[in-house]
Amino acid sequence: MTTNILEMRGITKTFPGVKALANVNLEVKRGEVHAICGENGAGKSTLMKVLSGVYPFGTYDGDIVFENEVVEFKDLTDSEAKGIVIIHQELALSPYLSIAENIFLNNEQKGRGGLIDWNKTNFEASKLLARVGLRENPTTKIMDIGVGKQQLVEIAKALSKEVKLLILDEPTAALNDEDSDHLLDLILHLKGQGITSIIISHKLNEIKKVADSVTVIRDGKTIETIAKSDVTEDRIIKDMVGRDLEHRYPDHTPHLGDELLRVEDWTAHHPQDSTRVVVDGVNLNVRAGEIVGIAGLMGAGRTEFAMSLFGHSYGSRISGKVFLRGKEIRTRTVSEAIENGIAYATEDRKTYGLNLIEDIKRNISMASLKKLENFGLVHDNEEYKVATEFKQSMNIKAPNVLVKTGKLSGGNQQKVVLSKWIYSDPDVLILDEPTRGIDVGAKYEIYTIINRLAADGKGIIVISSELPELLGICDRVYALSEGRITGELPIEEATPEAMLKLMTMEKPR
Amino acid sequence: MTNPTPTQTPTGPTGESQAVGGNINPADNKFTKWLSHVLGDLGKNGIFIALIVVVVLFAILTDGILLRPQNISNLIVQNGYILVLAIGMVMVIIAGHIDLSVGSVAAFVGACSGVFAVQWGLPWWLSIILSLAIGALVGVWQGFWIAYVGIPAFIVTLAGMLIFRGLALAVLGNANIGSFPTEYRALGNGFVSNVFGEFELDPLTLGVGALAIIALIVQQVRTRRGRTKYGQEVEPMTWFVTKLVLVSVAIGFFAYALASYKGIPITLIVLAVLVLVYGVVMNRTVFGRHIYAIGGNRHAAELSGIKTRRVDFWLFVNMGVLAALAGLIFTARLNLAGPKAGDGFELEAISAAFIGGAAVQGGVGTIGGAIIGGLIIGVLNNGMSIMGIGIEWQQAVKGLVLLLAVAFDVYNKRRSGGR
Repeated sequence: MTTNILEMRGITKTFPGVKALANVNLEVKRGEVHAICGENGAGKSTLMKVLSGVYPFGTYDGDIVFENEVVEFKDLTDSEAKGIVIIHQELALSPYLSIAENIFLNNEQKGRGGLIDWNKTNFEASKLLARVGLRENPTTKIMDIGVGKQQLVEIAKALSKEVKLLILDEPTAALNDEDSDHLLDLILHLKGQGITSIIISHKLNEIKKVADSVTVIRDGKTIETIAKSDVTEDRIIKDMVGRDLEHRYPDHTPHLGDELLRVEDWTAHHPQDSTRVVVDGVNLNVRAGEIVGIAGLMGAGRTEFAMSLFGHSYGSRISGKVFLRGKEIRTRTVSEAIENGIAYATEDRKTYGLNLIEDIKRNISMASLKKLENFGLVHDNEEYKVATEFKQSMNIKAPNVLVKTGKLSGGNQQKVVLSKWIYSDPDVLILDEPTRGIDVGAKYEIYTIINRLAADGKGIIVISSELPELLGICDRVYALSEGRITGELPIEEATPEAMLKLMTMEKPR
Repeated sequence: MTNPTPTQTPTGPTGESQAVGGNINPADNKFTKWLSHVLGDLGKNGIFIALIVVVVLFAILTDGILLRPQNISNLIVQNGYILVLAIGMVMVIIAGHIDLSVGSVAAFVGACSGVFAVQWGLPWWLSIILSLAIGALVGVWQGFWIAYVGIPAFIVTLAGMLIFRGLALAVLGNANIGSFPTEYRALGNGFVSNVFGEFELDPLTLGVGALAIIALIVQQVRTRRGRTKYGQEVEPMTWFVTKLVLVSVAIGFFAYALASYKGIPITLIVLAVLVLVYGVVMNRTVFGRHIYAIGGNRHAAELSGIKTRRVDFWLFVNMGVLAALAGLIFTARLNLAGPKAGDGFELEAISAAFIGGAAVQGGVGTIGGAIIGGLIIGVLNNGMSIMGIGIEWQQAVKGLVLLLAVAFDVYNKRRSGGR
């Protein structure tokens, strides 16, 4: 009898042409929170898919020992029957069904005659909701609650299956700090109830907060498992990237020029409810060569501000003025905004940024086809040349520019998005969460690119939910709360404490 | 021009860390490279192989009747209107829409052209222009609802299917309109030949065939040169030449067959022009690129400044004009505008597009593919008719072929989709 609830021994998984996992070992003690770290593509998700039966027994080598017995899962149902539940990064909830219906999906609470007993369903659901600390009516539809709460519903759903081992794949990736904290507290709380958790995360500070031990995976191999007392951020990063990472942010000396962009009194209302103010009288400016950050909690209106500015892509009843080099410009449509020198790289590159079934070349040219037009025809050789130049200058890792962007890793996808916008030759680039879901090494490259753009005299606005990132790369930071700019600090004065105070400042009522 | 190469390459502290591009095999010698090109091309041109298989199969089953000059000529003329529709349909499908109304629109426009050319006695050319304009108006109507009101194309064109069938019946007053002017009828069953006098083999047809082969070779060689000049990888020379020879032989045989019958069908000329023009539109114009971009990811296209509504709108106007043209060709061929005209055309055109490799989700498809898909359906129709197979079994077989073609496509993508 060991104290380990789970042992994965010598797991090897190959895909045609790629060895995704090479002899990986993982030991998880009963009742602990075990973190798995690694860069994107290191093999974390593959390992969890092996564990949960998504890749069935027989498609991998090695043994999985769960509760002292060797298990051979054929699919997810098999692993769930044993009490292993995985919660994926992309939540698997049906937006039009209620919380209770989602919790008991495929596990319906039946009453007499095999029909669903709705009273029982909702009653059991509310008990589970209480356990995860979510105060919502179980009949509320999923689409009406935020991502943070949806995550809690997923956990409630896992609890309904009598979970023994809970696997959370990047659970806080889409959450703000408050919701993240709540979730992490819940994980610790569940630990108190004897539930073991495996948490996959990029965020080192939260790993430090909750994990009892950390296993680092790199290039499909286990590097080491570190006990809580020995965990330091530096050590984890070193394991993840394979060498010391002295600077997480590249050096940047600003060479500020004249004012490039000025936004005055920018206001936008909710697209469905035009009485609700989402962006409230925002004033801001950006100088040439300046990197300006916008910090704000989830729901502060950061993305909404950027998208309403960029061709009125969000919201209704939008008002305010935009000036470029002191001259008022119109940004009523996206093409107008682009023509007037504004570019916006979205926070959600897969849904809003890229055509994933198309190649790198055509994604880069997508916003600037006019430039390649010659007597009404697109000069496709020139397009290839331009894309190849970007591939080199941006260090996009792919055999050539004819690779479909859907096959690239997150960091390389982001470089394609940036290339697209750089090629449109804007004066001001708005980058919304430019490093979301990207591993440490690629983040550094993105920062370098941002610096380079600033050095070329572009104005850069960076929106990010990671405060350290903003403080690491910006020259000046605005704080946004409830759609209003609550403050503006030069980088020397922008301490995390000062920023958080501004970011949580409420509207006087 | 912008400057896409701001000096130095950024190197993060990690250097090589990404997952992609891992499966390039460094140790590939010349032969495996050649083979991979051939296999890759076969995968990409699976549809082309399928056409050849179907042709060979029916050539055998019909004791060679399928490949007789007269039959080859008939194949084009009989399927011309489906192929015209397939061109517009594949564009609509690439953008992520569908058009169920084209059959009804073809009937409606055919009926209108009957009124113009027969009842009102307008000149044939004016009748044709007016009819195409009506097609455009139909497109404007449907495009308006789809692009600017935001109603799904499925609904709008389902309504259109009923509306324009109804209008066709109303225009015809439940009777046929017939006996069109000769020039009008030429659109459906006219031939160009004999301009140099009577010969066993029509020299004009052979000449055009030869020109087509030369044009193809010149164009291919120029594309290849251009690519090499810009440092792009090109397929191995042997495979390039093999392919050119194969296609040239096919064109040559086709021209020979037409020359030994009545010459070049006017429908074929119309089709050839359409295929060339729309091929260029889809591959080389900003409009065409925007269609692919919209189909691949509408949101991303919108946020890249593409005017998605405008593209949608013009797509349906275009479809309306092509449906009108198909209606004209069909009416001209039958020399009759009837209430049943165009029945089921939409399904054949949609099948052609999907057999030709278009994706239901949009973003994928080619004009060439849709044409080949249409030809496969045509050969199936024609071959089975020659064999005396009844209409009921023809329907069933065509349905099965559509299903298998798409299933093959899905299987192929899953296999090559990697992780």
